[in-house]
Amino acid sequence: MEEEKAWALVSELGGDHGYLEEMADILKQHFQLVCYRELLQNPALHGPKIQVLFMWKYFPAAEPWLLRSLPSLKVVASGGVGTDHLDVPFINSLGVKVANTPGVVSDASADLAMGLLLASARKILDAHRIAVDPKTVHIPQSLMGVEVTGSTLGIVGMGEIGYKIAQRSKGFEMKILYHNRTRRSVGDEQAVGAGYCRSLDDLLRRSDFVVIVVKLTSDTTGLIGHRELSLMKPTATLVNISRGQVVDQDALVEALQSGRIRAAALDVTHPEPLPRDHPLLGLPNVLITPHIGISTYDTARAIVEKMVENALAAVKGLPLPNEVKLQ
Amino acid sequence: MQSLCYIRCVRRLWGPVQSSRLLKVTHMHRSSRQLQHKKVMEDNKPWALISEVGELGYIEEVMDILKQHFHIICHKDFLQNSLLHGPKIQAILMWENLPAAEPSLLRLLPSLKVLANGGVGIDHLDLPYITSLGVKVTNTPGVVSDATADIAMGLLLASARRIVEGHQMVADPNIAYIAQNLMGVEVTGSTLGIIGMGHIGCKIAQRGKGFDMKILYHNRSRRSVEDEQAVGASYRENMDDLLKESDFVMLAVNLTPETTGLISHRELSLMKPTATLVNISRGLVVDQDALVKALRSGTIRAAALDVTHPEPLPRDHPLLGLPNVLITPHVGTNTYATTRKMVQKMADNALAVLNGQSIPNEVKPK
Repeated sequence: MEEEKAWALVSELGGDHGYLEEMADILKQHFQLVCYRELLQNPALHGPKIQVLFMWKYFPAAEPWLLRSLPSLKVVASGGVGTDHLDVPFINSLGVKVANTPGVVSDASADLAMGLLLASARKILDAHRIAVDPKTVHIPQSLMGVEVTGSTLGIVGMGEIGYKIAQRSKGFEMKILYHNRTRRSVGDEQAVGAGYCRSLDDLLRRSDFVVIVVKLTSDTTGLIGHRELSLMKPTATLVNISRGQVVDQDALVEALQSGRIRAAALDVTHPEPLPRDHPLLGLPNVLITPHIGISTYDTARAIVEKMVENALAAVKGLPLPNEVKLQ
Repeated sequence: MQSLCYIRCVRRLWGPVQSSRLLKVTHMHRSSRQLQHKKVMEDNKPWALISEVGELGYIEEVMDILKQHFHIICHKDFLQNSLLHGPKIQAILMWENLPAAEPSLLRLLPSLKVLANGGVGIDHLDLPYITSLGVKVTNTPGVVSDATADIAMGLLLASARRIVEGHQMVADPNIAYIAQNLMGVEVTGSTLGIIGMGHIGCKIAQRGKGFDMKILYHNRSRRSVEDEQAVGASYRENMDDLLKESDFVMLAVNLTPETTGLISHRELSLMKPTATLVNISRGLVVDQDALVKALRSGTIRAAALDVTHPEPLPRDHPLLGLPNVLITPHVGTNTYATTRKMVQKMADNALAVLNGQSIPNEVKPK
């Protein structure tokens, strides 16, 4: 006999900010869905049924009042690997587990990091603008970029994503340095030709491209500030795919305006989106994308599948494949 | 006897002050003696014609390389007195296809021995004609390859992941911030089909390998097993097969009569509707009208072009208005480091010709 599918809360389906149809179909295969709007309209009816909260791009937010209105909640299944937006201890204290989706995000994130690095180095944004601008008469000489092949890449945060960035940059014969809380194995280092920098300062001084790939924690908040930016080469590029708060944005604006570093390419900012009058948006040497690190059909699908996997395990009372536990 | 005077003048200029015995050049006027001094210092350097510095010409930062070895004259200055300057010029140092090697120019350069091109492509040169004048043609292979392969990957990634659109969404208040609308296609593990597996094509394959891409290639001739294995590339003797199987089709061929219009309606319709065309070869390799049609109808997903025909495109060209096209204005070698290497190679090639030495990169007509 087929068991009735468990109920899950989602932000919305379709529309500008909801799940794409394909992803919604995956969810519907295993769960009955309640949209956030529906829950608000009739919390007494829907609240007690819900066992799963599917979180996509931070919505619905796991606010205390919401969680308390879901007495049967077993799991908050978050899409993506970052968990800095979740108060895990608080959620756990309500008897609710938290799951993320590590692994499946890594390739797409590493690809975007390389894409941002190359687009910034070779001024692809400016080049395209000039190529299609109706007013363009001739091509300015300022479209000269910096060499990627053979340059030095400094990876700050050598986890799964950082390592995949190293693998990709090897194909460009980049010299690879990395800084990490812990050193990786000799085998890992040799496979990508990466040199360990115990001192972050050392990496900053030597790199042509600094890529930030750390988790956001209390230790990494403001990791890159005035001092760090001034250690970098004036010809260097900062690439951030971690979280906006890892970088002191005011310090970054100053460094870019004064030429202390050459350029920055950011997939993440704080907040997201930036207010339209934010100084970062006015700078010619900044490339910003709206947190699209995992925005491919294949990866989004894989993330949703993993969210479902974790949620089903929670509903069945089984160990979660990707439970986020306190350190 | 005159040459001895030159040598003594040079010694006087560079060494400590000598006795007046060295200045026994009594049969020469003082003014012509001064001219002799200047000529001695510079006389060894041959004259070379360039388009200009700045604007469409050389960047200022590379002129030291050229001035070290040549007397440089710009096209504009040359034209002001071509009868005076013409016979001196032994080399044309061609940058961005300028100054154009037209008969009207070459006719004015009776001493021309070499046309040294900056860049590896020479499709813009009438080789049989130029060489028939006894002028050698050289290009700059090798040094262009890394930067060009980098741009190829940059365009591939920017297109696949919609990076330019992403920035526009963040920065432009007229565009609604709906990040969901920026779903792209996966690069890791996808199939990269390289058409033209020369020096640049191989470097692109190397880079694609780092992304775990499955690499197919089509080439006039098959590469060695070692070359294939080094990048994990599989040969597709039939280009149609490559077109059918690839998620990214990369054009890295020379422009020749055989490759002109290589990619047209038929080829585009063989490609997957989710596929991306990347062109870093020459605009004429692709039938642009067919491309516009294919992009509008969704026959292919997108295109990323560093080259078009012409360059730049007319401002009302349909390609410029399409949302799924990324165009860069032929910036394949636009880094300071690569530009310097190209200019150095041009100088080396030109000097080799003028000094009767073995020429590193001569291009001969077939």
